[in-house]
Amino acid sequence: MDPIQTLIKDLADIHGRKRESLLPIMQGVVEREKYLSELSMIEIAREMDIPAADVYGTATFYSFLETKSTGKYTIRVCKTITCAMKGKNQVLFAIQDMLKIKLGETTPDHLFTLLETNCLGWCHKAPAMLINDDVYTELTPEKVREILSVYLKQNGSNGNGYH
Amino acid sequence: MANSHQLKRVDFIFRNENDWEKVLSNTIKKTPQDLINELISSELKGRGGAGFPTGLKWKLTAEAESDEKYVICNADEGEPGTFKDREILSRVPYKVFTAMAICGYITGAREGYIYLRGEYKFLKEELEKVLDEFDYYCNEIKLDFKIRVFMGSGAYICGEETALMESMEGKRGEPRNKPPFPTQSGYRGKPTVINNVETLVHTFTIFKYGAKKFYDLGVQYSRGTKLFSVSGDTPKPGIYELELGMSLQDFVYEFGDGDTKAVQVGGASGFLVPRKKFKDAAIGFKGKLTGISLPTGGSMMLFNSSRSMFNVLDNYLEFFREESCGQCTPCRVGCQQLLLGIKAVKRGDKPAAYLDKLLRLTETMQYTAKCGLGQSVANSFSSIVENFREEMIY
Repeated sequence: MDPIQTLIKDLADIHGRKRESLLPIMQGVVEREKYLSELSMIEIAREMDIPAADVYGTATFYSFLETKSTGKYTIRVCKTITCAMKGKNQVLFAIQDMLKIKLGETTPDHLFTLLETNCLGWCHKAPAMLINDDVYTELTPEKVREILSVYLKQNGSNGNGYH
Repeated sequence: MANSHQLKRVDFIFRNENDWEKVLSNTIKKTPQDLINELISSELKGRGGAGFPTGLKWKLTAEAESDEKYVICNADEGEPGTFKDREILSRVPYKVFTAMAICGYITGAREGYIYLRGEYKFLKEELEKVLDEFDYYCNEIKLDFKIRVFMGSGAYICGEETALMESMEGKRGEPRNKPPFPTQSGYRGKPTVINNVETLVHTFTIFKYGAKKFYDLGVQYSRGTKLFSVSGDTPKPGIYELELGMSLQDFVYEFGDGDTKAVQVGGASGFLVPRKKFKDAAIGFKGKLTGISLPTGGSMMLFNSSRSMFNVLDNYLEFFREESCGQCTPCRVGCQQLLLGIKAVKRGDKPAAYLDKLLRLTETMQYTAKCGLGQSVANSFSSIVENFREEMIY
């Protein structure tokens, strides 16, 4: 069996095959695969016996359920008012400069995807960002460069986007 | 200007109380009817922003006939400038669980869910650890109530109660028509109590200390305390529990940086109050006899005179345009057009009078949008455009 098929079957065994299980199953796939491929959406539909269009329609509603290939780490920089006022753009420029990608892009080695997102709920410690599920607050260009270099080191990358 | 009036700091919500077991077992010795009466007499209103009387909500659900009922804790805290629920769930989660179990006892629900926004996923593991302890105790006292954590996936609109239920049912988070209200037909079409995280913690306080203790705080129509999330141009951003009914003037005196130009009360869906109106504005629910009453989910964002109100409105509108679920036309198209409209006025492509057209559009949205998102865009739009018109044009 295809590894995706196995993953989806396992998730359905845990969460059930009722419509209420759709979000937890999709979240489970994204946790492992980082995004929902067309294949995995079709497979979820088959496993749950619902139309694939419903799976796609639901997935595309939620900003954390990516349907395009993303890197191992998705960086989501908060762009809502307080973060915008407290230097979000400088942080964003520092990330773009360091990773050599623009907003919405993924590094060629598939390590990072850079996105903006709406209010993360850390306005008192703005600006804030998420790297996957981990929160980083009170960011400055220096601080964000330090954070990213730790990720780069852990993944044996020299930081130019290529291994 | 009455600067002599100090803000009344209170410490109920984060007070560390390790007797939740006792609170739970003592409370469920009383009859559901007595507990509902207690809650109603406290005059607690929902702390998510809408301010529905909590006792009435529980009463209606208790009276609804069904074998299957649910209690949902709304932890989809997405309103810009709000971050108190995260703090509650990380510091005093057992109070939330206890309140949900008491609600289950009163209404006859045996299942509870915490709908936790995707942005707060880092809290999940810890919450489930505390839940294990909680389950163990419920078993011990033979209370049939089970709480689970349901994760959201990044959608502001899912904080709207019926959109949240759609989302839990595995669908797009699109709000439903009301009525029927969740107390009649909620999650899976069954009677459901859905409360904000903070509301539930206030019920814990009420059941532990009695309704009077809560009622004695605050002012008429706005009883008790409220958590405020303070951010923006302030020397002390953070979370503060204060008595309701304070004047905005006193708030700014305490939290402002000496140069406060305006305060956004209630997040992007709330109202912007300019300096000249601080002294007339009070923080609390509608019903006060004089001045402006500003209900709020607790988001207080301060702006000093270095800030452009055009940029602020532009930021809000981009937020709404992205977060509009797209289901109803007034909101979907309205948010897009408002954003395009203010940019066109700023560029000079449209005359200043075009702002009045946009104001009429927000009025239309207020009447015709299906849910609170589209209806409340008018709040920030009109309060910014009317008070800072010249900043929109030049």
